[in-house]
Amino acid sequence: MKFELRGITKRFPGIVANDQVSLSISTGEVLALIGENGAGKSTLMNVLYGIYRPDEGELMVDGKPIHFSSPADAIAAGIGMVHQHFMLVPVMTVAENVVLGVEPTGRLGSLDIAEARRMVREVSDKYKLELDPDAVIEDLPVGVRQRVEIVKVLMRDAQIVVFDEPTAVLTPSEILEFFEIVRTLVGAGRGVIFITHKLKEALTIADRINVLRRGKVVGETAPSATNEDEIAEMMVGRAVQLVVDKHSAKPGDVMLAVRDLTVVEPDGRTVVDGVSFEVRRGEIVGVAGVQGNGQTELVEAIAGLRRAAGGSVTLAGRDITGDSPRERHVAGMAHIPEDRQKQGLVVDMSIVENLVLTRYHDPEFSSGVRMNWAGAKEKAAAMVAAYDIRTTDPSQAASTLSGGNQQKVIVARELSRDIKVAVAAQPTRGIDVGSIEYVHAQMVKERDNGVAMLVVSTELDEVMALSDRVLVMYRGKIVADLDPRTVSHMDVGLYMAGSRPTAVSS
Amino acid sequence: MSETLKSLRFTLLAVVAALVVSAFIIVITDIEALGNGDFGTALSTLRTAYWGLFKGAFGSLRAISNTITGATPLLLAGLAVSSAFKAGLFNIGATGQMLAGAMTGLWVGFAFQLPPLIHVPLALIASAIGGALFGAIPGALKARTGAHEVITTIMLNGIASFTVLWLLKTEAFKREGRDDAISKFVEESARLPRLFGFMGKRIDLLAHSGFIVALLATAVFWWLLRKTTLGFEMQATGFNQEAAKYAGMRTKSLMVVSMAIAGSFAGLAGGSEVLGLYGYASATVAGDIGFDAIAVALLGRSTPIGTLVAAILFGALQAGGRQMQVDTDVPIDLIIVLRALIVMFIAAPLLVKAMFRIKGEAKSFGQTFRGWGG
Ligand SMILES: Nc1ncnc2c1ncn2[C@@H]1O[C@H](COP(=O)(O)OP(=O)(O)OP(=O)(O)O)[C@@H](O)[C@H]1O
Ligand SMILES: [Mg+2]
Repeated sequence: MKFELRGITKRFPGIVANDQVSLSISTGEVLALIGENGAGKSTLMNVLYGIYRPDEGELMVDGKPIHFSSPADAIAAGIGMVHQHFMLVPVMTVAENVVLGVEPTGRLGSLDIAEARRMVREVSDKYKLELDPDAVIEDLPVGVRQRVEIVKVLMRDAQIVVFDEPTAVLTPSEILEFFEIVRTLVGAGRGVIFITHKLKEALTIADRINVLRRGKVVGETAPSATNEDEIAEMMVGRAVQLVVDKHSAKPGDVMLAVRDLTVVEPDGRTVVDGVSFEVRRGEIVGVAGVQGNGQTELVEAIAGLRRAAGGSVTLAGRDITGDSPRERHVAGMAHIPEDRQKQGLVVDMSIVENLVLTRYHDPEFSSGVRMNWAGAKEKAAAMVAAYDIRTTDPSQAASTLSGGNQQKVIVARELSRDIKVAVAAQPTRGIDVGSIEYVHAQMVKERDNGVAMLVVSTELDEVMALSDRVLVMYRGKIVADLDPRTVSHMDVGLYMAGSRPTAVSS
Repeated sequence: MSETLKSLRFTLLAVVAALVVSAFIIVITDIEALGNGDFGTALSTLRTAYWGLFKGAFGSLRAISNTITGATPLLLAGLAVSSAFKAGLFNIGATGQMLAGAMTGLWVGFAFQLPPLIHVPLALIASAIGGALFGAIPGALKARTGAHEVITTIMLNGIASFTVLWLLKTEAFKREGRDDAISKFVEESARLPRLFGFMGKRIDLLAHSGFIVALLATAVFWWLLRKTTLGFEMQATGFNQEAAKYAGMRTKSLMVVSMAIAGSFAGLAGGSEVLGLYGYASATVAGDIGFDAIAVALLGRSTPIGTLVAAILFGALQAGGRQMQVDTDVPIDLIIVLRALIVMFIAAPLLVKAMFRIKGEAKSFGQTFRGWGG
């Protein structure tokens, strides 16, 4: 089976998101779709999935034109999509979630959950997904939740499965498992379209790579014929520095001190367990660890969004343990939250409003109760330019931005403030290589200006490249304090898994 | 701007669609004519009815005065619902807040003797404060205990009505020589001046300067949303409470403040009815206005201008409906059907899209009800 997009054009007010794009995907192959933030990848996939109707161009199946007016049509034609934001009901089991929408009903129209369980098990076995139909979603790690989404798609008999940035939220080992799943899918005669910003992944798993830039296809290549630098250049239109360019840190006074910090969940689980560390002005401290080992809670406790059950947090010598988030902002703390749509942005508000979300109370943007929107607009325009946020009009809603550009809004806002300490969780999630280069440079610049920077990332490469010191977090504790220049990725990986390297490497 | 225009077009189309469906209802229910197979008569009934509707709403100074009189409390109460919506709260309690404002305004209106220039503003401020305090209760309940405002406001409506019934029978409020629940008259000095007072003593021109108060309140609402930090915080909380918390906003106090602001608008609605229209209070002073206000806010998509236009439209329908009933046999109840249809068409944009064959992706207008999530 072969699906073709021919000359697809999709316009949004003020912008051509897809400009005469043509591409094809056949069953049995993996197509990687890469491109800058705002290049039009998600838009194109939404056209393929029937969410958007193209302004021009047509879709063909095995050479015959076809029209989708809704995702239901696309599903019927054999297309499945795994969105980046999963659509699962957390309190329900895997089987229950899978049958939502395609409910097999038994006698008297009652929901046949036994049948559903059997179907989940069958699909799970066939594609080696290792899913327990009776597990409750909220207990499952992100990687397993994603597999539930995959089962949902496969149960509707999708021939082509589209993944929009599936690996952005996965841990390194989950990514390897994901690749196995992709291989199994292809082996079973399905086709896969895969969007990613991590060029290595595209080179590892794809049969073909299509590169989009500013709405147009600018190149097609194969992993065997290219390398990371070449693709990056094709994407961005210039050579990209893929390693972080920085000289060694000159740490000064302690700016952020965390002492015996403990966070307990309402259900009594201790998720952060007596953590102590310091971050000095002029250094970047990275926290590595497999997702779910307390990093999220640690960051939220430092930022004041979660109450500490014990211990203290000190900012520039002042105890801020009991302070509100606002008091911490004012004291000079920046926070890049892990989940951009849930916490970092009000996507229904304008880009300008989002760019001042944590600082509208500054005299620069308001006096008393009066907002100074003129000042906000001016500053926003400067941030949009500096961080290359792709938008035609900053007074549009933030929801009109592409995923990576939304992330850039947050980074721009938090790093352009006058700050002493920055706490960044997954700061470059979903950002393209060209912009990562800029964001990293900006973080190093802030460091050199005397900011103490704490970076939490599941991206080991990023932590190692960016940090001057690496802490490893495992089961709520800091288990190692390492020098990224001397320690190997392998050894950090061992610490992350809760074990210790046997031969002590120096 | 194009977004605003688009939503305006939708509202307009919804009104047109509702008028069309109502027209069918008028024709179909004209049984007498239909029974005789007399379509001509049925159609002429329709023409008379809609002409009456228009005439009664805008056809004369008196009609316009009636429209304004109806629109005044709807606008103020509508703002009470709209402003809460903006903060992510679903305020069903405009009725109770109106009653609270009506009583405090009434009391200041009869208990003091002051020059009008002081008495009128003082009584209005009292109404606003009464409504604000009463409105703050569900806000505080939600902030403290998480109790959903839909439930608490409905219950507070009941509490307000019965409290008013009781108050009106106490010595302090009771009208001399009356045993039913009806209050003293407010002092002449606390009465809101008639809008068309300059035309001499025409008793049929009921419109009062409560309408000016309502227009000012609309302007304040606009200013709050567009120009103030508080309005920014309210809207951020309304759209995404998690993000508002992250941004350092005090979402719990914002709930209380937003509900107090909403309550003050509704309180003014009650006050302006007492001080402007009736000159006294009875148990039915709030009527159905608190509920109609929900429809007004929905139709106006919770924006200041939208609420204003919707309130005037509903005021016009109400005034015109009475004329229609006089001119034809079509009962005024049709107006209720018409309003319900308008709301239905607003809430179901897909239906309107299908009816008028508008292209493009469907986007629900129901998002005004975001507050439901809790
Ligand atoms: N609903 C919308 N309204 C207006 N503009 C939109 C809308 N959706 C997307 N856009 C614009 O279309 C362009 C392409 O967006 P798209 O989401 O397809 O990018 P992307 O390639 O997926 O980027 P990313 O890698 O950041 O996810 C962007 O400039 C974006 O701002
Ligand atoms: Mg995207």
